[in-house]
Amino acid sequence: MSTEQSILLAGFGGQGVLFAGKVIAYAGLIDDREVSWLPSYGPEMRGGTANCSVTLSDEAIGSPLITTPDILLALNQPSFDKFIDAVRPGGIVIADTSMITPVCNRDDIELYGIPATTIAEEAGLNGLANIVLLGKLFSVAPFCSRETLDRAIEKCVPARKAHLVEKNKEAITVGMEA
Amino acid sequence: MAEKVLMKGNEALAESALRAGCRFFFGYPITPQTELAAYMSKQMPKIGGTYLQAESEVAAINMVYGASAAGARVMTSSSSPGVSLKAEGISYMAGADLPGVIINIQRGGPGLGSIQPSQSDYWQATKATGHGDFQVIVYAPSTVQEMADVAYEAFDVADKYRTPVMILGDGLLGQMMEPVILPEPKDLSELPEKPWATTGHGHKRSHNVVNSLYLTAEDLEQLNIERYERYAQIKEQEQRSESYLTDDADIVVVAFGASARVARSAVNAAREKGIKAGLFRPITLWPFPEDALKATLPTARAYLDVEMNMGQMIEDVRLVVEGKAPVEFLGRAGGMVPTPEEVLDKIEAMAASLA
Repeated sequence: MSTEQSILLAGFGGQGVLFAGKVIAYAGLIDDREVSWLPSYGPEMRGGTANCSVTLSDEAIGSPLITTPDILLALNQPSFDKFIDAVRPGGIVIADTSMITPVCNRDDIELYGIPATTIAEEAGLNGLANIVLLGKLFSVAPFCSRETLDRAIEKCVPARKAHLVEKNKEAITVGMEA
Repeated sequence: MAEKVLMKGNEALAESALRAGCRFFFGYPITPQTELAAYMSKQMPKIGGTYLQAESEVAAINMVYGASAAGARVMTSSSSPGVSLKAEGISYMAGADLPGVIINIQRGGPGLGSIQPSQSDYWQATKATGHGDFQVIVYAPSTVQEMADVAYEAFDVADKYRTPVMILGDGLLGQMMEPVILPEPKDLSELPEKPWATTGHGHKRSHNVVNSLYLTAEDLEQLNIERYERYAQIKEQEQRSESYLTDDADIVVVAFGASARVARSAVNAAREKGIKAGLFRPITLWPFPEDALKATLPTARAYLDVEMNMGQMIEDVRLVVEGKAPVEFLGRAGGMVPTPEEVLDKIEAMAASLA
């Protein structure tokens, strides 16, 4: 595990971009690492694109605003197109190919496309494409232990939606196997 | 040890203020500080405090004046345009020697500006928060933990010197989440007494007056002189800053708040390239940490001031440097945040010209 991972998650408002970012941030908190989580909060959030920058580190974190991510989690086409060239050489891109045609002319990144929305629907996990993608990320670039990740999910799912905890954990597993 | 929690800067300011004994909050919604007021609206009723969304920022700051005059720990928060509206009330508080905490989670300006993070209210906070001869103590935290720490301390400092205290944040710090260890809640009964407050006394003493109107010039001059004696004491005792890798630095980057985080990344990257760069980060903007910055003068060969504005704090930096070394500037305005890469480029260019 490298000392610092900068992860940019981007998609439409409502796809759970901020939530997935929060799960990563909580995993860092549980492991007692340095963590920053920064949402976009512009007017574009309403019905438009949303993104969030999450940094996990073993040292104090400088700028929480990620401009050259190590990892990009893309949930829609505009976000993929907007950020694909910003990914650091050697970086990782996880894209939901149910939503994205992942065309790019870069050969210096690792691109993993999975039809997360379709996978989620077929597994009875509607609305959890974000977590399926997070599961895929976890399998290709583990940023914590599975136990920590499950605890992070328990922390992030609000009490009134407690019935979704197990579904989120299932979505991680489905994503890991995709 | 207390548990580490993940919180937004706005929420950490609010929770920490409650733990410091703040029991009155008056405000008016504005992005990007709204989570702070929202947090207060949820928590304040649970602990018997008062949360009130006023009809305007002007009303809110005058409610702060009232609650403070009655001896309460009180706070208001807003973002840039809203703080301008509070200017008159803050001047009245300073003129009446009233403590209180004012939070500005800055956004791009001037005017209604943008809702993205900015530091363009530095001058307003440190030079002319309102009309008249006065200063407010200004803290500029740069992490969520530091936001919690200064919010906790601000009430004590405000009470100690009987002055308004401002916490100057920005949209980036307000919106971001980081791990934070919150301070222990204070016991309200153990807070220092305020014998000057208008609390009602059943004719047991002569009545207290809280006022900023003095029609006799001689009296008002005397009050100003006494207030400035207090400011001198504040300058002596309350300067705070962080020096990071400045001991052997050729290039000292000076930055506060969010831009200091960007600068820190750039300084680390410069060090990896063999450039002796360091970061001087004012934590109090007023009083400006002159003494600690002066300490860098014998070794620093050049300064780089980085701000999210068109160049405001740079004037205070130049006053301290007194022409003994060049002071260059890098700024982004309107809600733009500089990248570590552009700060690094500037540091590299400066290093090249020093060589």
